[in-house]
Amino acid sequence: MTDATSTGQEPVAIMESPIHVDYRFTAGLAQSRFLKGLSQGRFLGQRCPRCHKVYVPPRGSCPTDGVPTTDEVELSNQGTVTTYCVVNVPFQGQSIEIPYICAQILLDGANLAFMGLIQEIAADQVRMGMRVEAVWVPPEELGPTMASVRHFRPTGEPDADYESFKEYL
Amino acid sequence: MPDPTAADEVLRAPHVLEYTYTRSVGPVIGAFLTGLRQGRILGATGDEGRVVVPPAEYDPVTARPSGELVEVGPGGAVSTWAWENEPTADHPLSRPFAWALVVLDGATTGLLHVVDAGSPDAMASGMRVRPRFRPEGERRGHLLDIECFVPEESS
Ligand SMILES: [Zn+2]
Repeated sequence: MTDATSTGQEPVAIMESPIHVDYRFTAGLAQSRFLKGLSQGRFLGQRCPRCHKVYVPPRGSCPTDGVPTTDEVELSNQGTVTTYCVVNVPFQGQSIEIPYICAQILLDGANLAFMGLIQEIAADQVRMGMRVEAVWVPPEELGPTMASVRHFRPTGEPDADYESFKEYL
Repeated sequence: MPDPTAADEVLRAPHVLEYTYTRSVGPVIGAFLTGLRQGRILGATGDEGRVVVPPAEYDPVTARPSGELVEVGPGGAVSTWAWENEPTADHPLSRPFAWALVVLDGATTGLLHVVDAGSPDAMASGMRVRPRFRPEGERRGHLLDIECFVPEESS
């Protein structure tokens, strides 16, 4: 058998196997309402008629009760960091300078936290219970996307009591 | 066209996921890919007379380590196939083609590849095919160093 090096090349040890998937995402009614709210600089959630929990972003039904969430609720621009992580590892496609903070944020009036970027504070100063507010992009850049929220920043209020968000960790 | 700002209009958007994986291939697949770069197809000898293509490090039935690698083909027979009428950007050929399991001469398992047959009428189980390798300078140690298989009579 001819060996690989007789051709002057090393044997193959590594291969690139990129995966590329083209989806067409359909947001559904509830999420479409939420996304349109973002393009107006507003957080729109939905309330379960049975357990009265407010979901944001809404999925259109309550995962606990299995009923449609038909009641629309506008949430506050402010919320609480329930938990967070400091991102120190660079990766391909990263658009934010490290270290940065990825946090779970529970908007006032909501019963579901979502992920947001924390800025305007040093990474080692962020804490659970910290009060934050959304910073939106300029009105002309608002669109039906989470990119309409540029980041969250501290409000300077006293931290929220642990008891007030312990159920959302 | 519906008004996308209407309150009850459902939003839709393209959503592309891409992962730029690089993986190590190990000694057996590595030898197979090296063979492809040389224009040769290798299989692994296993138990009970099996010759597995692409080669595996272990026999698929007994799970014992495979024996030596042997050259198979280059010709073979299509065992099963399916016609692809609308190739996507990620498919190996941009014109309609057949996905096929090709049992290469000397192999006992089918290699999944494509057959550039022009029309499904030219496809049949049992038909003879041959690989069309890319030119030597374009081969990079990849299954697509075989551009496609073609019906034997037309090659
Ligand atoms: Zn409920």
